[in-house]
Amino acid sequence: MLGIGLGLMAGCSDSWNNPYPDADAHANVLYSAFSERPKHLDPARSYSSNEAEFTGQIYEPPLQYHFLKRPYTLIPLTAEAVPKPRYFNAAGQPLADNAPATAIAESVYEIRIRPGIRYQPHPAFARDATGRFLYHALDMAALKDKTQISDFPQTGTRELVAADYVYEIKRLANPRLSSPIFGLMSEHIVGLKALGDMLEKASRAHPGTELNLNDFPLAGAEVVDRYTYRIRIKGKYPQFIYWLAMPFFAPVPWEADAFYAQSGMADRNLTLDWQPVGTGAYYLSENDPNRRMVLTKNPYYHGETYPEDGDAADRQAGLLADAGKPLPFVDKAVFSLEKETIPYWSKFLQGYYDSSGISSDSFDQAVQFSAGGDPRLTDSMREKGIHLVTAVAASIWYVGFNMLDPVVGGQGEDRRKLRQAISIAFDYDEFISIFLNGRGIPAQGPIPPGLFGYVDGVAGLNPYVYEAHGGKIVRHPIEMARKLLAEAGYPNGRNAKTGEPLVLYFDTMASGPDTKSRLDWMKKQLDKLNVQLVVRGTDYNRFQDKMRKGNAQLFEWGWNADYPDPENFFFLLYGPNKKVTTGGENAANYDNPEFNRLFERMKDMDNGPERQQVINAMLEIVRRDAPWIFAYYPKSFGLRHDWVHNVKPNLMANNTLKYRRIDPDLRAARRAEWNRPVLWPIMLLAGGVIAIIAPAVVAWRRRERTTA
Amino acid sequence: MFAYVLRRLLYAIPILIGVNLLTFALFFVVNTPDDMARLQLGAKHVTPEAIERWKVEHGYDKPLLLNTRATGSAQLTDTLFFQRSAAMFAFQFGKGDDGRDIGNEIRTRMGPSLAIALPVFVIGLLVNITFALLMVFFRATYLDLWGVVLCVVLMSISGLFYIIAGQYFIAKLWNLLPISGYAGGIHGLKFILLPVLVSVVAGIGSGSRWYRTIFLEEIGKDYVRTARAKGLSEIRVLFRHVLKNGMIPILTGAVVVLPLLFMGSLITESFFGIPGLGSYTIDAIQAQDFSVVRAMVFLGSFLYIVGLILTDISYSWVDPRVRLQ
Repeated sequence: MLGIGLGLMAGCSDSWNNPYPDADAHANVLYSAFSERPKHLDPARSYSSNEAEFTGQIYEPPLQYHFLKRPYTLIPLTAEAVPKPRYFNAAGQPLADNAPATAIAESVYEIRIRPGIRYQPHPAFARDATGRFLYHALDMAALKDKTQISDFPQTGTRELVAADYVYEIKRLANPRLSSPIFGLMSEHIVGLKALGDMLEKASRAHPGTELNLNDFPLAGAEVVDRYTYRIRIKGKYPQFIYWLAMPFFAPVPWEADAFYAQSGMADRNLTLDWQPVGTGAYYLSENDPNRRMVLTKNPYYHGETYPEDGDAADRQAGLLADAGKPLPFVDKAVFSLEKETIPYWSKFLQGYYDSSGISSDSFDQAVQFSAGGDPRLTDSMREKGIHLVTAVAASIWYVGFNMLDPVVGGQGEDRRKLRQAISIAFDYDEFISIFLNGRGIPAQGPIPPGLFGYVDGVAGLNPYVYEAHGGKIVRHPIEMARKLLAEAGYPNGRNAKTGEPLVLYFDTMASGPDTKSRLDWMKKQLDKLNVQLVVRGTDYNRFQDKMRKGNAQLFEWGWNADYPDPENFFFLLYGPNKKVTTGGENAANYDNPEFNRLFERMKDMDNGPERQQVINAMLEIVRRDAPWIFAYYPKSFGLRHDWVHNVKPNLMANNTLKYRRIDPDLRAARRAEWNRPVLWPIMLLAGGVIAIIAPAVVAWRRRERTTA
Repeated sequence: MFAYVLRRLLYAIPILIGVNLLTFALFFVVNTPDDMARLQLGAKHVTPEAIERWKVEHGYDKPLLLNTRATGSAQLTDTLFFQRSAAMFAFQFGKGDDGRDIGNEIRTRMGPSLAIALPVFVIGLLVNITFALLMVFFRATYLDLWGVVLCVVLMSISGLFYIIAGQYFIAKLWNLLPISGYAGGIHGLKFILLPVLVSVVAGIGSGSRWYRTIFLEEIGKDYVRTARAKGLSEIRVLFRHVLKNGMIPILTGAVVVLPLLFMGSLITESFFGIPGLGSYTIDAIQAQDFSVVRAMVFLGSFLYIVGLILTDISYSWVDPRVRLQ
């Protein structure tokens, strides 16, 4: 069987292990993989990073992040300019830009989009000679052979207009879409909650009928003219501008909803949730989430050029070599489903994937650390021309104390000292070294590097856990933790009044091969203080349930930034966001009135020295109160082959595929060089089979003769 | 026979209801509709209102088994269990929580699962029977001894090891086949060779040992002695007489799994990137997608029952003494 198969392949392919058609060997195609099929591709519903990998290329919100500039900077995408909010008081009178937040009743964002932008080719836009839509009144017979969008022979396009953006904002309130940000946005966009209630009533009254959102007004989003729309925000919400760079605020044409709403479409998985319609640099030309998804260059894509303004480091890294050239560079991007890390890694090394992450299994094969602790590629990787790309994520991992817990929670001085002692005992420098292969930075506070408010170096250390020694940041000695523990009423880990040992409980939903050793490590950290740690492992549902009810004592959690603003991290500690009382994101249920007051002030401020001062005061409060053990900011390590160009980690932008450039000829040459079939094992196998069969045949013949 | 098959199919209905009820109970003991909503809505900014809306939109706002607010038969029919179960008996599986049509997914994924499972089944059966008969032929010789040792060794190795070793040597080190992937038609041949080869080799140990035991039992019977006394060669005795009479226990094991080939293999599909039903089921369990889990358990149970009926029918074909009444 193997022989026949190999024989067939030998006749029709140069590289026998090539998973792609030979005809594509020199094509300008980027090859990547996805490990989990996306759940949603509808911009109103999609929120996961694995979905953003697709939606980011297809949908175009009005703004985007500059590809090269750091700190992250918003620039126009389809908008003509980054909008500046205008402020109004309760009487509707305009206010100055520097008006106090308390005086502002409403912020108005007026966004003008560029004319001439067109949607990708799609049958929803196809019209006949009389101008009537070709595919808006299909019956079941007409849909009989249609299983994918490419089965519709005619396609069309149309110009992007402001109404499409307003339409999408209304879609956030559609109860049938269950948009994850509806709850949040209904607190900010004028009239969105009322629209949601209205649509819910209509949905219940007409369960089988598609809701025509154009029939429902939304006070907070209105079309000003063909290319301009206006969004009204309650009060002042400066972070709203960042939401305008997310697919939630990308345009959706009403024609797409009308097309997909037809009877029989959903039964064929033809929905906007699976077959997006956008104006982006790419469109989804093949959508088989069980096998592969293909993004193809949008033939109607509006002109955009590679950025020309980067810093000296960008120039040195060759990231400005394509400055001013039209985007996108790659004709097609093929994403294959690869659930397991071993095949993914092997295919990357064979040149069949252009880039790869580094799993813990293959870390030592790929990366080694210099004497100074800097990561660098191993010789075998460098010989292959592979490059290492690292970036600190805009994320944090922390161990939270439930502030409602009678042992570790509360604002009393003794409890505070207990939490500080535990914070010192957990040596996350060691954790990063052992379990993350150095892929992390010990956290000094809730704000990760790269965001406004983060202070680098000794000036930004957490004085309650760390100290400076010769310009370096080192953890306080464990003796200090023991002293704090004694002051907290637990000398040598025992209750001073009762003599009972201090036992703490750690709730976790961690699972996987490393879990046991990680949990053992955690126990070991508290052993230093003679404090016992009991681990309560649980599944995701029960863990969430405990957190909602405030039944956990210590727990591990993380947060990825939605946008590059300190508000998006400090709000995790804001009292009114307590998980137990409001179901908010403050999982530690931390509630410090002074911190809350400063947060309310800080969130409305523009970046500048004054805001930094407020942030410093907030950092001091949370470091002293220690509701979290600030564990680490994760660092991402990625690899790319030398035929892939223009790679700069941008942890906020999702639409970076358009900047990628590849050298397909170099790739084809490398693949041929790396994947020559090795034939001796087949010969050996054949010889082995003969060696086994021959004596058997001899024995059989002998026996036959004997019997005869 | 028709009456027998019909009767067995009717017996299947209460079994399927029971399986469905059990699946339902087990699933909702572990997961509440609120848990499902949270998982679908994501980890960020999930409000209680959003959870309620999701439940209403997906029909999870109804009572599980008994609707005390309803009257008459609606107490049973206006429940999550009834509304999610009744249509399944017409093979209408509805939609998964991700909005995709489950029936459509099953139809699409059956092909890739079969593309691996069917050759593995057929080739595996042929290889195992041949190997077992050869061991029987050379019974009590060094070839038989080493054959059994080889079988025990093959049985003792984890299935995952075969996959990783196959991928490492054949695809990565020797560059003979793609490591993973799938394509339809003739282009897909290069993708299925490795998983089929690995699966067949992984099954040789247990399969051959089992068949060897069956054949050894047969070979001591009187009809074999008679056949030899007639002067038939050992090969003819084994492949014509012993094989035919050994088919009943072989069929017991083989035919019953035949319909289940549609359900695919979890690990093989996952490692080789085969978009089959095995990976569909495990993905649904991980995503707590009750609709898909329920559909797959129902389908698996139904196919198992079909397999058992087919086994009974095949008995009557291979053994004229067996009559279905």
